[in-house]
Amino acid sequence: MARNDADQVLDYPIPVSEALEPPAEWAELRQGCPIAKVKLPSGDQASLLTRYEDVKQVLADPRFRRRLDAPDAARIAANESGGVFNGSMGKAMREETHQQWRRMVGKWFTAKRMTALRPAIEAMVERLVDDMERVGGPVDLVASLGFPLPVWVICDMLGVPESDRDRFAHWSNTLLSLTRYTQAEIDEAQADFAAYMSAHIAATRARPGDDLISELIASAAEAGAVMPDEALLATSQGLLVAGHETTANMIGKMVSMLLADRDRWERLLADRSLVRTAVEEALRLDANPGFGIPRYITEDAEIAGTRVPGGTTVVCSLASANRDEAAFDDAAEMDLGRSPNTHLAFGAGAHSCLGQSLARTELQAVLDVLLRRLPALDLAVPVEELRRVDGLVIGGLREVPVRW
Amino acid sequence: MKITVDEDKCCGAGSCVLSAPEVFDQRDEDGVVVLLDPEPAEELHDAVREAAQVCPAAAIVLSGTA
Repeated sequence: MARNDADQVLDYPIPVSEALEPPAEWAELRQGCPIAKVKLPSGDQASLLTRYEDVKQVLADPRFRRRLDAPDAARIAANESGGVFNGSMGKAMREETHQQWRRMVGKWFTAKRMTALRPAIEAMVERLVDDMERVGGPVDLVASLGFPLPVWVICDMLGVPESDRDRFAHWSNTLLSLTRYTQAEIDEAQADFAAYMSAHIAATRARPGDDLISELIASAAEAGAVMPDEALLATSQGLLVAGHETTANMIGKMVSMLLADRDRWERLLADRSLVRTAVEEALRLDANPGFGIPRYITEDAEIAGTRVPGGTTVVCSLASANRDEAAFDDAAEMDLGRSPNTHLAFGAGAHSCLGQSLARTELQAVLDVLLRRLPALDLAVPVEELRRVDGLVIGGLREVPVRW
Repeated sequence: MKITVDEDKCCGAGSCVLSAPEVFDQRDEDGVVVLLDPEPAEELHDAVREAAQVCPAAAIVLSGTA
């Protein structure tokens, strides 16, 4: 199919019927139309990038801005705030402020710290598997393991008690909606979350604990400053939005990919040292990670030898880039031992995912515990019956019924 | 093999520490990379090459042929 016709505009996100397979358009676009005109849910137009080199180049180039609030920048969603990208969450800090913030929060996400957190995370997975065994199969892995685990981890990090985990999960789902919730519902979730966190922050100021919020307050105090509530709220919301549904869905997708071909699961059972690379390969081959990463440029730039005029909004398809035959040998194959695996699932450059070591740790913990506790794990439905989640920024599977 | 790291580029993802913990660490204060061994032994070269390749910020530069 030729996509060189400048007037041809694809609807984006590209609709896909199969749960774990990529849309055929990606390979065609990488081949014939690396900068493709697309129409976003808002009706606005953008340019879709599908090649590894181009996506990596744009993500590393600060001229491509994260802020989509210029009058001529494309709006992502149809609702007024434009959801997570155009609303307050998408407000980009100045680069030097971003680096300060990132380094302050970053100390909570070092590889060393994650290694130290790992036993606690594995204990959470064990507890959730206990519950699965109590219920007996088949159970939905997304609801019983994927969604609870990351929100438990984030709540622990923020010092939020167990009893409030369900409310956090609800706010997180609503705030990430692209089309599923009304503006009124999104506003309500935002207001409830802000009210809850303001009270929680006040309580933490009065009685600091061993959590991220206490730590941020203390490090500002050491520098003779007061960490504003607003910054703590934005950081908390950022962690929830960035770290909950992404990881929750990835747990369901990763396990589905590994069970869709039983040989993969058997290979991991036979050699547990493959867990680390298997997680990376699942991240690379995720065909439904969600919207992609939008960027806006104010000046002319060149991508793939083509001039991109100032005022263009580009959308980087990380998932298409991750299947680019020019960047990966046997790109369509799932190679559980692939190394190095230079996938872009966490983005690239100064804004690459802050929580990537946490996500890796959670995914590795899930896989280790499942292999140990439920070696007979299998999909309870044919893979063709798995259904994608529609309407959210983050892609996933509605249900992953499993038995063992 | 000689390694240099760019602390300004480093985004603290920690993937180098996961790939080659003998060679890379992160500062406790902010997660920025710490180079433990700028000229590591040969048996570590594969792990170091992987660390450099997977670094999301391209903050690890390798020189020398070994």
